Amino acid sequence: MALAWASGVFAQDLSPTPFPITDDQVNAVAKNMYCPVCENTPLDVCPTQACAEWRELIRDKLADGWDEKQIRTFFVERFGDRVLAEPPARGLNWLVYVIPPLVFLAGAYLLFRAFRSWTAPASTPAPKTEPGEAGTSDPYLERLEEELRKF
Amino acid sequence: MIADLGFGALVITFVISVYGAAAAIYGGIKAKPEWVESARLAMLLTFPLISIAALSLIYLLVNGHYEIEYVSSVTSNSMPYYLKVTALWGGQAGSLVFWSWLMSAFASAVTLRKWDRDREFLPWVIVVSLITLSFFVMLVLLFENPFARIWRMPSGQFIVAMLQPAGATLASMRDGQGLNPLLRHPGMIVHPPMLYLGFVAFVIPYAFAIAALVTGRTDDRWIRITRRWTLVAWLFLSLGLIMGGRWAYDVLGWGGYWGWDPVEIAAFMPWLTGTAFLHSVMIQEKRGLLKHWNMVLIILTYSLVIFGTFLTRSGVLSSVHAFAQSAIGPMFFGFIGLTFSISLYLLLQRWDSLKSEGEMTSLLSREALFLLNNLLFMGILIVCFWGVIFPLVSELVSNQKVTVGPPFYERATAPLFAGLLLLMGIAPLSAWRHSTAKTLGRAIWKPTILAALVGLGVPLALGVRSWPSLVGFFLVALVTFVTFYEFWRGMLARHRTQKESLPVALLNMIARNRRRYGGYIIHLGVVLMAMGIIGIELFQQETQGTIPAGGSISLGNYTLTYKSLASFDTADGRNVARAVVNVEKNGKPVGELYPRRDFFFESQQPMTIPGVRNTWEDDLYVILVDWLPVSSQGASFKVYVNPLVNWLWLGGFVFVLGTLVAAWPDKESELEPARARRRTAVTVEA
Repeated sequence: MALAWASGVFAQDLSPTPFPITDDQVNAVAKNMYCPVCENTPLDVCPTQACAEWRELIRDKLADGWDEKQIRTFFVERFGDRVLAEPPARGLNWLVYVIPPLVFLAGAYLLFRAFRSWTAPASTPAPKTEPGEAGTSDPYLERLEEELRKF
Repeated sequence: MIADLGFGALVITFVISVYGAAAAIYGGIKAKPEWVESARLAMLLTFPLISIAALSLIYLLVNGHYEIEYVSSVTSNSMPYYLKVTALWGGQAGSLVFWSWLMSAFASAVTLRKWDRDREFLPWVIVVSLITLSFFVMLVLLFENPFARIWRMPSGQFIVAMLQPAGATLASMRDGQGLNPLLRHPGMIVHPPMLYLGFVAFVIPYAFAIAALVTGRTDDRWIRITRRWTLVAWLFLSLGLIMGGRWAYDVLGWGGYWGWDPVEIAAFMPWLTGTAFLHSVMIQEKRGLLKHWNMVLIILTYSLVIFGTFLTRSGVLSSVHAFAQSAIGPMFFGFIGLTFSISLYLLLQRWDSLKSEGEMTSLLSREALFLLNNLLFMGILIVCFWGVIFPLVSELVSNQKVTVGPPFYERATAPLFAGLLLLMGIAPLSAWRHSTAKTLGRAIWKPTILAALVGLGVPLALGVRSWPSLVGFFLVALVTFVTFYEFWRGMLARHRTQKESLPVALLNMIARNRRRYGGYIIHLGVVLMAMGIIGIELFQQETQGTIPAGGSISLGNYTLTYKSLASFDTADGRNVARAVVNVEKNGKPVGELYPRRDFFFESQQPMTIPGVRNTWEDDLYVILVDWLPVSSQGASFKVYVNPLVNWLWLGGFVFVLGTLVAAWPDKESELEPARARRRTAVTVEA
């Protein structure tokens, strides 16, 4: 059974075509595509029969002179946006690209405001300290820092 | 009989857990120590009870009781003994039992600590632990029962039930379906227990945080008690993630270690908040700041632990609709919502008592840089969370399934990871409380120049021109020099003050300050991992070709010559197709590789095992894609050259070593940091 499974795919690999398309050319297109069955496994490395057939389809399309964009459109029209490694930036999909930077910037702004409120001018000047000096929880480390200053 | 024993033990565990939680609440509110003690004993009892259930299941798995549906679905006669044992976590129901088992072990271990000075925490730690445990045991009992049997009805139909339906007879099954081939690898045997240990261990610091909120004892006592628990949880979670990466590299056959798969991200998210928490608690311990934020982080970590389990166990990832139809999904959803809401409510109730004891005095102080580090971790978390959630939102709103794959995550997180590396280089040189551009600049200029010379000079001399990799190598060099500089300074000072030899001074310095220097060792581990990641992500080469026997394929400095292919059946139910490939590097023979494809008859699944040549410079990674078996005329190979990838695994070891150093028990009193903070404050004021 395994033999039949293997040879079925392989037979197409060795068959001569008028415009030989290399595996690397097929994989360059398949790399950023996913078949609906094998979730989360990119098409170029998926070992299943279904994905091998999709790769052969890509090979045929490339041999017919299609470019990557045309091939991607071909698969999207038949199987939906899920075949692409990233949602196309349109409609609701914009949210996937917009939300993370917005939330991150909001977090950065809140943090900046918090800093401003925390670092309100102190009544007494802040003490001068060397790196690693203040806050060391160990008397030994304090001695260590003192020694380093002399050093 | 054994199945009944296991199931019965789980039923009793559930009853006792619910009782224990209720008794602890009553004892805590009414200040009745006898009720709290009763609850403590109940919690202690859960471990032997779930042990009975887990051992019963292992007995059934090992002895081929295929009339049990779970046993039939994850084991078979041809499987070796050890795989039958590890099949305990090979399927949904068994893994939930395993999760509960580990949870009860951690909960019991907590009850055995000395509670003299923290009696008021005890009932609420019990409540959180037992509610979490009872939730998981309930899932097992009601929805995912691993002891359910297969019954044959008089009509010939098979049904699965725990108790015998009227007129039914026990199905006689001679063999099972066997474990998923992908789960038979040693990496997959060890990696899930590590993740589960990390998950359940994070419940403990959360339980103490909730206890602090309920009791109003909101100083940093709960943090000091749980410091080591948190490190242990983090260690296991880190180990689980690293081992998972190694398993993917060895077994999945796509030349990588991390695919931004939702299941991976589910485990990565609590690690992100946990790592932010580990840094952030230091600010509270040293400066008495960020008490609210630490509460938020540990609540988030707990919620993400449950959320991660929910993502991987509810079926929601394959389809929102499958989730809606399954019973377990809404239960998880409800539990996460409930615990998150109650946690937030408690936090808001105690908001005023969690006010900071001091203030930030400088944007360049170490606490400020730690806070920036937290912002970056949260940024990565947002990307991960939204990336996992968005396909579900899309399916729910527009009925359109989409894939959010690696390109999205890599583009969004790369600058954030670079920012973290930069902070890792700067923060160790900044001072607590007050640091100016001048003092920081004075400390950092030497390592920066060295980093520029080595991190930029060496790659440029080797012909590297891509700016992302140059930035990466510079940051890697910066962190390395700064970290070694810190070790050097400390060692030298001790050498002078204590008159110790340099190696002894180094060892004693680390032993006296495990957390600080353990942390620096972890940073070195991260640097090594970053080297490997830059290598494989930015410099990976790949090609695929079909070659006849005796033919060659070249990639980079390597030339592969296909020698032969053998196909044979094995006693454990596989057909193995194994190719022999000669490898030459720069024209010189360097050995043979044996990429192979295993086909498992039971599950009708193929598995790709790459042939890999490991060196510190790079990995040559060869996959057998297809072949023509009858005449052995030729075969298709996919070949990767993965530069520096072994530094990633070495970094993993160093990372774990650093965590062990930091978490290793020492004589330091749990009270010391608070005293130290007071002492520091006095010194500074003086």
